[in-house]
Amino acid sequence: MTSTAMPTAGQHGLVAHSDGAFVPVQTRSERFRSVNVEDFAPVNGREHEWKLSPVAAFADLTAGELDGSTLPIETTEVAGIAVSRISRDDARIGAAGTPEDRASANAWSTFGEALLISVTGEDEKIAVVTRTGLGDAPRAAHTVIEAAPNSRGLVVLAGSGSARLSENVEILVGEGAQLTVVSLQEWDDEAVHLSSQFARLGRDSFLKHIVVSLGGKVVRVNPSTHLAEQGADIESLGLYFADAGQHLEQQVFVHHDAPHTRSRVTYKGALQGAGARSVWIGDVLIAQTAPGTDSYEQNRNLVLTDGTRADSVPNLEIETGDIEGAGHASATGRFDDEQLFYLMARGITEGEARRLVVRGFLTEIVQKIGSPDLEARLTAAVEAELEGR
Amino acid sequence: MSVLEIKNLHVNVETDQGTREILRGVDLVINEGEIHAIMGPNGSGKSTLAYTIAGHPKYTVVGGEILLDGENVLEMSVDERARVGLFLAMQYPVEIPGVTVTNFLRTAKTAIDGEAPSVRTWVKDVRESMKNLKMDSAFAERNVNEGFSGGEKKRNEILQLELLKPKFAVLDETDSGLDVDALKIVSEGVNRAKANTGLGILLITHYTRILRYIKPDFVHVFVAGRIAEQGGPELADRLEEEGYDRYQVAESAAE
Ligand SMILES: Nc1ncnc2c1ncn2[C@@H]1O[C@H](COP(=O)(O)OP(=O)(O)OP(=O)(O)O)[C@@H](O)[C@H]1O
Ligand SMILES: [Mg+2]
Repeated sequence: MTSTAMPTAGQHGLVAHSDGAFVPVQTRSERFRSVNVEDFAPVNGREHEWKLSPVAAFADLTAGELDGSTLPIETTEVAGIAVSRISRDDARIGAAGTPEDRASANAWSTFGEALLISVTGEDEKIAVVTRTGLGDAPRAAHTVIEAAPNSRGLVVLAGSGSARLSENVEILVGEGAQLTVVSLQEWDDEAVHLSSQFARLGRDSFLKHIVVSLGGKVVRVNPSTHLAEQGADIESLGLYFADAGQHLEQQVFVHHDAPHTRSRVTYKGALQGAGARSVWIGDVLIAQTAPGTDSYEQNRNLVLTDGTRADSVPNLEIETGDIEGAGHASATGRFDDEQLFYLMARGITEGEARRLVVRGFLTEIVQKIGSPDLEARLTAAVEAELEGR
Repeated sequence: MSVLEIKNLHVNVETDQGTREILRGVDLVINEGEIHAIMGPNGSGKSTLAYTIAGHPKYTVVGGEILLDGENVLEMSVDERARVGLFLAMQYPVEIPGVTVTNFLRTAKTAIDGEAPSVRTWVKDVRESMKNLKMDSAFAERNVNEGFSGGEKKRNEILQLELLKPKFAVLDETDSGLDVDALKIVSEGVNRAKANTGLGILLITHYTRILRYIKPDFVHVFVAGRIAEQGGPELADRLEEEGYDRYQVAESAAE
């Protein structure tokens, strides 16, 4: 099923809810938001932002007390990418966004100091910041990634080992900057990670934002991008591989809020094993303030075995008549037995044939990362997933 | 001297309406270097025979044998059959998104030979075969069959035939959908493969026109899941004139 759609009545105005009453649909940008956890009612799992998530698996992160001390990180020094700590009252905190759910607000209310990753200078460079072995107690974290005007760089924010983490990541992309941020989740089997990521893009800036979720029991990474100034451009990419019992979720929001802004959202996922679960929600809002917008979002899922479930929900809301293009596509397909037969009929073993097809499917995302080292590493990680390692 | 033997083969397929009997006792012996044409009306079971030889899981063998040089083919998995030298050029080759022709060919060749081909000769062989089949070199970097025209897909099948060098090839309507030029090019490819490797061929077709380019040693008329008549090349000419009516009348009388 693939569709390209212009706005329909269901995306504006009135829609029927399951109780039969008509209630006005709220514009995506007008959702309730607050930095204070007490402003959110306790989570019951029926809220629109939680209804596809296994909320019972992380009640400690939405309702409990979190450890707000700074996370241990591993990183290597790179010229032009400085890593430091800033206090809660730093002006950059809150500059990119505000929590829209209780886990995010809970983290915001409790973190002590924030991690600052600061990119300067026009040469290309890469920094990897790894959080590893965060333990089994619930924690909060806050990270600000800032790219100075006209700077370039690639920042990998990686997670591995144990974790029960709720965090907020703010990404500030200065005028004319070109930044890539990779959020790489390779947690242990029992880990829970909830991450709200807010990006604010300045004039003529470009952000490539990539979410790669491979490991963890529940991983929910929700990137929101505010295309706040003219000419801002986001390429939002995602790759996930859900194994048995894994819940991998991403709620993507792109807010076109200035003229001639552009967005491309492409998320691809594979699901394998009983109870493997993925959720993708893609909200794109083209505001009245954004004439000349060019936008396209798509999500594709490859189902490798029975017993999996992939939810894929694109929403496109358009408030201006003057747009260059807007569309969405969503498709979830089974691993095709005819493809398997064709490859095996050429002597290729079943395992190798499956790897070829899945690699082919996910390659599109990996190839767009723009760092050969990282691409090779992710290709290897995907292969490992395929072999059930 | 290789030989492919099919003995009293009975095959069923599971459909939504239940089990259907499709092949009802097929006997066929193909020796190395021989070309056997199988001709028959739509739905008579020709593709079923082809798929069953290749081991497609949809088809259930309920009786009979397939032997390659005395080895029981029916016990082999699909990939094992390919590795012992069976090849099926498909009637409808599928698309494999994200897998380039180059990558696919190298992977298949490595699987069949049990070792990676020597880089230099392999690249040369691929290029040469593509040139012979008048396939633009750009195809090498395209995804397997993705966006290929019907004729291009058929050439891609014959490209694999030439490069993988099987002992026996089943060509399932490789001629359909080809214009005269493409038909000649594809036929030359098949003849080349046979000259180079002594390939035995089972050529499934509706039309006699391909038999002008690929000369059969034997012609079998396939009707209602079995071979109704066999003969030499002259049988094809008679079929061209008379069609299959004669056999089908006999068949419906029998039912
Ligand atoms: N997978 C299947 N499911 C259901 N029925 C099938 C299946 N495969 C074959 N059949 C049926 O078996 C019969 C023989 O089909 P087959 O494709 O082998 O015929 P064919 O001789 O190759 O025909 P054509 O000349 O049209 O290619 C047909 O009636 C077909 O509908
Ligand atoms: Mg057929």
